[in-house]
Amino acid sequence: MDGLLAPFRSAGVKSSRRNFLKASLAAGGGLLLTARIHGIAKAAVSGEAGPREIALNAYVRVAPDGSVTVTAKNPECGQGIKVMLPMLIAEELDVSWDKVRIEQAGYDPKYPAQVAGGSQATPVNWLPMRRVGAAGRQMLIQAAATTWGVQASECDTTPGVVRHQASGHTLSYGELAEKAAAVKVPDLEKVPLKDPKTFRIVGQPMRNVDGEKIVTGQPLFGIDVTVPGMLYAVFQKCDVHGGKLVSSNVEAIRKLPGVKAAFEVKGGTDLRGLLDGVAVVADSWWRANRARQQLQITWDEGDITGQNSADFARKAAELAKGAPSSTVRKNGDPAGALAKSAKVVEAAYHYPFLSHIDLEPQNCTASFVNGKVEIWAPTQNPAPGSKLVASTLGIPESAIKINMIRCGGGFGRRLSNDYMVEAAWISKEAGAPVKLVWTREDDMRHDLYRPAGYHFFKGGLDGAGKLIAFTDHFVTFSQDGAVANSANLEPTEFPARLVANLELGTSMMPLRAPTGPLRAPRSNGLGFAFQSFLDELAHASGKDPVAFALDLLGEPRVLPDPPGPRATPGFHTGRMRGVIELAAEKSGWGKTKLPKGTGMGLAYYYSHLGYFAEVVQATMAANGLIQLDKVWIAGDIGSQIINPLNAENQAQGAALDGLGTAIGHGLTIEKGKIVQGNFDTVLPLRMRQSPPVEVHFRVTDFPPTGLGEPALPPSLPALGNAIFAATGQRIRSLPFKDQKLNASA
Amino acid sequence: MPYIIQVNGKQHTADVESETPLLWVLRDTLNLKGTKFGCGAAQCGACTVHLGGQATRSCQIPVSVLGASNVTTIEAIGETPVGKRVQQAWLELDVAQCGYCQSGQIMSATALLTKIPNPTDQDINQAMNGNLCRCATYTRIRAAIKRAAELARA
Repeated sequence: MDGLLAPFRSAGVKSSRRNFLKASLAAGGGLLLTARIHGIAKAAVSGEAGPREIALNAYVRVAPDGSVTVTAKNPECGQGIKVMLPMLIAEELDVSWDKVRIEQAGYDPKYPAQVAGGSQATPVNWLPMRRVGAAGRQMLIQAAATTWGVQASECDTTPGVVRHQASGHTLSYGELAEKAAAVKVPDLEKVPLKDPKTFRIVGQPMRNVDGEKIVTGQPLFGIDVTVPGMLYAVFQKCDVHGGKLVSSNVEAIRKLPGVKAAFEVKGGTDLRGLLDGVAVVADSWWRANRARQQLQITWDEGDITGQNSADFARKAAELAKGAPSSTVRKNGDPAGALAKSAKVVEAAYHYPFLSHIDLEPQNCTASFVNGKVEIWAPTQNPAPGSKLVASTLGIPESAIKINMIRCGGGFGRRLSNDYMVEAAWISKEAGAPVKLVWTREDDMRHDLYRPAGYHFFKGGLDGAGKLIAFTDHFVTFSQDGAVANSANLEPTEFPARLVANLELGTSMMPLRAPTGPLRAPRSNGLGFAFQSFLDELAHASGKDPVAFALDLLGEPRVLPDPPGPRATPGFHTGRMRGVIELAAEKSGWGKTKLPKGTGMGLAYYYSHLGYFAEVVQATMAANGLIQLDKVWIAGDIGSQIINPLNAENQAQGAALDGLGTAIGHGLTIEKGKIVQGNFDTVLPLRMRQSPPVEVHFRVTDFPPTGLGEPALPPSLPALGNAIFAATGQRIRSLPFKDQKLNASA
Repeated sequence: MPYIIQVNGKQHTADVESETPLLWVLRDTLNLKGTKFGCGAAQCGACTVHLGGQATRSCQIPVSVLGASNVTTIEAIGETPVGKRVQQAWLELDVAQCGYCQSGQIMSATALLTKIPNPTDQDINQAMNGNLCRCATYTRIRAAIKRAAELARA
């Protein structure tokens, strides 16, 4: 196994001479540790092209009373980062978790990696945050050793206390904190780390730090922010994305009850920035939104030819008759191998546009005064927001202060900051602090959509049922001539590298609506299409889908990624085998006798460095409704589940999110506009539909990786495959609700 | 015009239009931010409050129809024994992810447990189906309701 592990050893943060750890006296006494550690993060989900150099900063204060304050620098959207990062520091510092206080940082250029996205927080922070804690512990030991006139090597720690083994002397961290601030800081690269077997905090169930505020309804989210003198704003944009404002009855709106200001906004052409529209500012949000309903606006919608979901489907089918316009990957002779195949399976798959539907609608509070603006934003990604506000308002970034507020869901939507620049602009124009709150309809109709996709597959099996040929013509979308954000297909898409004759190619259709990353970007759609089609091939081969998958994966080995910006440490066939076998074992795959009309479906997917296999059991009821009976998740995210309490919750939520998406989400575009606007037509999963979900982790020797996303992609195809097993009906288009299927309990 | 309303056992005056939904009176007039806005159409349940003990979507209740009915919000639900146990169970099981829907979930769960102290899965499905959780924490919401019922028996 060691040889196999080698490529993964470098997955952590690379060393750099610019790393430093600084110790100083904290304000109010005690030890303040400031760490800055440079490293490389893979392209996050924000659609950036390449790896970014990032700097991880940590601030740890040990107070004279022994309490430890750790600054949580990343935005919190419900993934538990606010707890997880401090756990890593506290573990190595060796303090009791109940002595640890966590403070949410604001946006500050001194923390350049304040992004919640791409399941990056764990792989990027795992070693650096532990090293910061370990260095602090070493300094506290040194301070004690100096006090006692003994060698540091003769001392050890119990939580919050340094002890001299021979004499039994003890000093608390609080007593040592100030003295430790004067100790020479150790080299972060060389500081010894704990043996994971001795962890007391990492690996223990730790609760959400904001839990108490959440269950008692205390103000916590962006939408809850109140600042003195604040007014309330709504902003009407053109429902055809990028449409221009021609004229409006804004003068009449100004006379309506409670309205303090109403004005036209001339925006730019960047669909992620400030766009044309009409802002209404009033003394309550209800009045602002009510006044808005009286708006009459003439828009120049521009060219909307062909911007209809029905046209996209027709065009995709036409394009599929020809060759792909570009080749993503080609191995061997796919056409020749298909011609020689004993059995050829062809199928067309489709998935729709999706909105993120964060339950907290987009909102932002801004106060523009004397050329400076303070912002309170539920954002996953404040840094680009700061730049956007600066360039749009024509002010330097130094005149912008951003407070990061807990997000009521992110799912990738809050990686963009359009709502932030709108609030800042409206505050400036209105001459007052404003809270901008979008309606649900605004939120659904002005999103950065998960792009729809059309896949035209062919697969060839030889006489023994082995997959010898595989082709996909993926018809996707372009924007301004380039592939639309999150609409790309990579040459590593499974089963690439495992089929001798394989071709992945794409053709594109121009799209007006903006697109962007949604939880498990690309994988959330590709997983459905590829894993459903592979299940078709398994059934065509006459093999059980689990056996077919294990045959396809073959011996445990690493399939390296081609070099490039999206290269991961490669795909490990053994890790995928491991989770498939675990999911099969836990679900009783092939062993449980299922009643007629009930079936199990398997799907497996590698994304965001995590390996997941899921089995869904579903029943087709007599009334044509799908009943979700149970879900089994098997995941491999490395050597350590840092917070098992949260890990289980994340995995369950991700799989159920996928099932809800498969059944009930889907947007259609007509004349350039999103048709759906609320939860009467977009149907997220509800309690009645929600099945029990078992989560099993396979602990392996690989570095720990993230969990916000990778448990999602397999659940959609696992459900489709279960429906096939239950009924013999293969559903190749999402959402299932549009295929005369629905879910009930 | 000024409306006199009863919220969390206290009398408040809200000088708003008659159509103003209770949701916005709570949030913007009375500064009780725990009741959430999610859809404005009684589709998501984030705005759930108790109106005379019944779980009610406050985005659909104009202030003018309240009269003397008592409104209970998440901020005061912990003052009832059932609400207190529900909050405790939610914390014990670490239900929340983003947390945005949870005040509405807790209000619906408390109404359910007040009426049916030991609910079946079917009872839970029925009472909780109007409350969306975008993070899909349904597994833990269900478990927490059962835990709160258990706490009452203890």
